[in-house]
Amino acid sequence: MTARKPASRLERRFEQLRAESRPALVTFVTAGDPDPETGFAVFSSLARAGADIIELGMPFSDPMADGPVVQEAGQRALAAGMTLRKTLDQVRRYREQDDETPVILMGYYNPIHHFGPESFLDAAVEAGVDGLIIVDLPVEEDDELCHPAMARGIHWIRLATPTTDDARLPRVLTNTSGFVYYVSVLGVTGTRSAQDEEIRRAVERLKSHTDLPIAVGFGIRSPEQVAKIGAVADAVVVGSAIVSLVAENLDADKRPNSVLIDKVSDFVASLAAATRGT
Amino acid sequence: MQKPESYRSGPDESGHFGKFGGRFVAETLMPLILDVERAWNEARNDPGFKRDFDFYAEHYIGRPSPLYHARRLSEELGGAKVYFKRDELNHTGAHKINNTLGQILLARRMGKTRIIAETGAGQHGVATATVCALFNLPCVVYMGATDIARQAPNVFRMKLLGAEVIPVHSGTATLKDAMNEALRDWVANVEETFYIIGTVAGPHPYPAMVRDFQSVIGDEVREQIMRAEGRLPDALVACIGGGSNAMGLFHPFLDDEGVSIYGVEAAGDGIETGRHAASLSGGEPGVLHGNRTYLLQNDDGQIIDAHSISAGLDYPGIGPEHSWLHDVGRVEYVAVTDAQALEAFKLCCRTEGIIPALEPAHALAYVQQLAPTMSREEIVVMNLCGRGDKDVFAVAEALGVEL
Repeated sequence: MTARKPASRLERRFEQLRAESRPALVTFVTAGDPDPETGFAVFSSLARAGADIIELGMPFSDPMADGPVVQEAGQRALAAGMTLRKTLDQVRRYREQDDETPVILMGYYNPIHHFGPESFLDAAVEAGVDGLIIVDLPVEEDDELCHPAMARGIHWIRLATPTTDDARLPRVLTNTSGFVYYVSVLGVTGTRSAQDEEIRRAVERLKSHTDLPIAVGFGIRSPEQVAKIGAVADAVVVGSAIVSLVAENLDADKRPNSVLIDKVSDFVASLAAATRGT
Repeated sequence: MQKPESYRSGPDESGHFGKFGGRFVAETLMPLILDVERAWNEARNDPGFKRDFDFYAEHYIGRPSPLYHARRLSEELGGAKVYFKRDELNHTGAHKINNTLGQILLARRMGKTRIIAETGAGQHGVATATVCALFNLPCVVYMGATDIARQAPNVFRMKLLGAEVIPVHSGTATLKDAMNEALRDWVANVEETFYIIGTVAGPHPYPAMVRDFQSVIGDEVREQIMRAEGRLPDALVACIGGGSNAMGLFHPFLDDEGVSIYGVEAAGDGIETGRHAASLSGGEPGVLHGNRTYLLQNDDGQIIDAHSISAGLDYPGIGPEHSWLHDVGRVEYVAVTDAQALEAFKLCCRTEGIIPALEPAHALAYVQQLAPTMSREEIVVMNLCGRGDKDVFAVAEALGVEL
């Protein structure tokens, strides 16, 4: 009997990681930050430095769930002319060099709503996008984008949070695919961190409801945290800490210095090492 | 589009007015939004809740506000009889407190111990700080840094009332960013915090709940005009930023076919200049702050800043029920410029001895156009939803007068 070949890049990636018995390192950066070209160079450097899955933020003028670090990254990108169409173009361009690493777009609904949900999804499939995380589309609004995305084979990755109780959780997990993103703290991105014990209990609770891999994010910024959380979760998401590094390596005119890519790569490599116990 | 059986039955169970409205919020907030909805559904059917609201409305806010026949103004315009609904005589000087009273009573009922709010011009912030002082609850008001600079008296009022005013520097540092920041606070403090939204926008149930609290305006007008004239008015006029004073006046009349209804948006420098706050006249449907509605946005779906001389109308969105009433054609939405509103402001001062806020000055600018086209037997009711003390500096500046 032959095993069914996993259908998507994301499923293949998690299968491979299970074989290696290690958690996935998921890295988030904002597309086009601080400008489209530098942003693409940052995006392209992540997998080479050891990221297993890439989350690419779609800049939005009003990012309600993000802390200052990611807000400012979005503002920089928009000021430099980044658009949703250019984000899709960058994924397409990235696929010329890497057809294995899953790329997930994360952001807010309005730019997609304006683009046209159906056209956006068609363009995303064509560009090589593997999944979507749309912060302001809860299960109550699944008709908007979730159902048409899944019909096209795009993973719909849902956020579960400490306020998602047991009564609500099964509904949230329905129509979730790829993995479940557990938001480990009450709050916005890049602010506080949760206690390890809380996270362990939360991951256990999720595992009792689903067979999907569980990723944990929000407030994770060091190799030590990655190692600890990676011991209980299937994937660890680091975002604001990387975006901060981008911000720290810009001059007053938001131009990157010569070491920006190296700094990001070194940091991502240190996070990746933590997922390998090295 | 097919005409609905009633214009007053929305929203549906999932919070939609036609395709508008809904609940576009992060998962962290969703359980809380559902709690607010449950609590609101219980409270609205509880005679005790209504008794409490009515008690404070009468003895603290000073309701009912008068319905006043503006004779000199009507004479000057030479057409319909113009009545003002005097919601500027409420405690704190605007209609905003009708809503903050209702929401804080709900917050207490839910056992919440901390109140947050967003504010643009500061009127909703002041109205929230006021009821927080009344009920002894800590109050945090988010306000864009740009707005803080141009609304210093209201910032001081909020502080006198015991509120903490937090400047918001993110984005464009105006009302929309204050609302983003309030939502961020709420996500981080869901357990104990109640978010008092200031207009008929946000995720369900807010648009319907705020409308219902503000409907005290239209309900009173119905009774008052029947006493004064023995019949319903021919037209209603109200200004629209988010649209809460308008929704409150309009809603009780939506099914009265003989009543024409006009919502007046802020055209700023003119719709054609792109510098305006008219979401219906110059925007497109989109999703922001928890609901689908008409929004000012660019080709990439990024929200763009609104512009109006009136800080209270300076919002790039509009309540979803207005978007629906616009699409089904029940309410006619028009827009007037800063310059037209200023002329109406002066007219009101000169003919009626009432200094209106710049927001209802927009409504009056449309009444100036509308009334002369009507006969002397016809009746227009305009919501004079705020007094103008707060605006005298802005008006002086616009008129080139140094104080």
